[in-house]
Amino acid sequence: MNVTKFSKIAIACASASVGAILAMSGHAVAASKPLTFAMITHAQPGDTFWDIIRKGANAAAAKDNVKLIYLADPTADKEAQLIDNVVQQHVDGIALTLAFPQAMEKNVKEAEAAGIPIVGFNAGGDDWKKAGLLMYVGQDETIAGKAVGDKLNAEGAKSVLCVDQQQGAVQLEERCNGIKATFKGKYQILYTTGYDMPTVKSRVQAKLQQDPSIDYVVTLGAPFAPSVLGAISAAGGKAKLGTFDLTPEAVNLIKAGKLQWAIDQQPYVEGYEAVDLLWLNKTNGDVVGGGGPLLTGPAFVTKANVAEVAKFAKAGTR
Amino acid sequence: MMTVTTEKTDVEVPRHVPQVAALWRRIATRPEAGALGGAILVYVFFFVTAPPFRHFAAFTTVLYQAATIGIPAVAVALLMIGGEFDLSAGVAVTMSSLASSIFATKLGVGLVGGAILSLLLSLAIGALNGWLLIRTKLHSFLVTLATFLMLQGLNIAITKLVTGNVATSDISAMPGFNQLQTIFASNIVIGGAQISIAIVYWLVFMALATWVLLRTKVGNWIFAVGGQGDSARAVGVPVVQVKIGLFMLVGFSCWFLGQHLLYAYNTVQSGAGIGNELLYIAASVVGGCLLTGGYGSAVGSALGAFIFGMTTEGVIYADWDPDWFQFFVGAMLLLATVVNTWIRLRATKGK
Repeated sequence: MNVTKFSKIAIACASASVGAILAMSGHAVAASKPLTFAMITHAQPGDTFWDIIRKGANAAAAKDNVKLIYLADPTADKEAQLIDNVVQQHVDGIALTLAFPQAMEKNVKEAEAAGIPIVGFNAGGDDWKKAGLLMYVGQDETIAGKAVGDKLNAEGAKSVLCVDQQQGAVQLEERCNGIKATFKGKYQILYTTGYDMPTVKSRVQAKLQQDPSIDYVVTLGAPFAPSVLGAISAAGGKAKLGTFDLTPEAVNLIKAGKLQWAIDQQPYVEGYEAVDLLWLNKTNGDVVGGGGPLLTGPAFVTKANVAEVAKFAKAGTR
Repeated sequence: MMTVTTEKTDVEVPRHVPQVAALWRRIATRPEAGALGGAILVYVFFFVTAPPFRHFAAFTTVLYQAATIGIPAVAVALLMIGGEFDLSAGVAVTMSSLASSIFATKLGVGLVGGAILSLLLSLAIGALNGWLLIRTKLHSFLVTLATFLMLQGLNIAITKLVTGNVATSDISAMPGFNQLQTIFASNIVIGGAQISIAIVYWLVFMALATWVLLRTKVGNWIFAVGGQGDSARAVGVPVVQVKIGLFMLVGFSCWFLGQHLLYAYNTVQSGAGIGNELLYIAASVVGGCLLTGGYGSAVGSALGAFIFGMTTEGVIYADWDPDWFQFFVGAMLLLATVVNTWIRLRATKGK
């Protein structure tokens, strides 16, 4: 009796997943055998920032008539494995974030040995040449960090707290090191764990209570800015806040004067250009950048210029 | 009454000492005794090493972090006493916030309607977990691992499908937001420190769960189902209903925390919540629940969550090198758990 019921459930599950697979593959197989590119990132699933990158990549893929495989994993070895995965699929080009250069080195070399052109974007601005990537599009994170340090000096900050949501990711470390290089006051870092907002809030709150001299907080990702604002007000509320990257909420907070600034690296452009550069390389042999990176940032969004950014942020592309 | 009082005045002195010993043994053999010892140890440790930790404001920060783990952990503890796991609880919290927000903004049912539909969905997922468990006779570890992964995928996929983004839109401008925020996420200011209402709910849930466990028939059923499922069934305990009910209780607690998160932070990232299910289980186990079921307490789960909150925040108050953060947290948890087990063993041997 139970066996039949069990098998019914099993069949139901199996047919549901087959249906899901069919549904997923349905729209991808449309046009006549175009080029296939893979995009590999270290995104945490369900992150607004990475979604904007992906939107840019999809826009370029649609324009260039390219089939795009998107894969992501926030851990070093898994992201490296994804490279092997797409090499085995014989893709025509790979756009990847070089977030964990050492861990990914071997896999990148194998892809290059297989004759697949690789464009780096978003992470790995210091390492992409060493790893032998063709081109790199993104913000130089160290430059961005230095710009933040200068900004903090100009605003008269004395003691800054940097909130890092992913301990060990190089592009976040580069931002911090950039701030450290130019900022003249006291610099401290606090690590949090991804998107668990109560944890972000209570850890920042604890840090501000532990060191009341902190007068400026910088979050390395925009989704954390609202939670950190809550922590600042709960802890007594005199520290100012700035953030890397943009979200629609961050735009509203800048408008309201609660967030001083956001440093924008234009993720949409990163995703778009990474795919487009591969396409130019495959179809026309182009290498862009003259040996240097193609810079998409940093640009400060402040109360003065937030209005023009706002309408694009609302559409989810800034 | 009268006889008791006369007797008491007569023999008060000779009875005093054995009574204290009996009370001590009663406390020490409770499942949460070890966790209480561990909590006191961790508290004293940070009280001594981290001066900012001594302030009331710091205490409320710790309690808030503890409450966001403790609310689902109370229900998870009951479920574990009932002999089952729920690995889907972490993402179920995120699912409840996402569902509430999406229902409210896309179905036009308003925020209250969104919250109610989200509650029904959370209870349904709990019931589904329980039903799958009973029907397939698989271990709950496997069943809820599957629902955990499915929910994780659904959270992102459906959010993206419906909103076009991977985070929900800001709901703070919608009518009714302020009232619901008062219910789920208001702050009470006492002595210059913000106390989140989540802490109050946490303590209320803990008290209710303790009362149910120790004073009602349902409580007895939960212990019986987790300890000796077949014998329980033989003596007429409705095993299936109890188990499905426990999963639905976890669903309720996830819904509640999910609403708190939504109204405290206005938007929700659809990738949030992963890994928290282990914190709920850890809080329950540190608090004295056995992994095999049939033993544990709701107060213990709260102490477990409190230990975790103190540890993660204490490391910051002590201003230890942030690179070592996770290591310190792990080491402190290990220390608390070792003390916990040591107390429990001594108490049971001392009988």
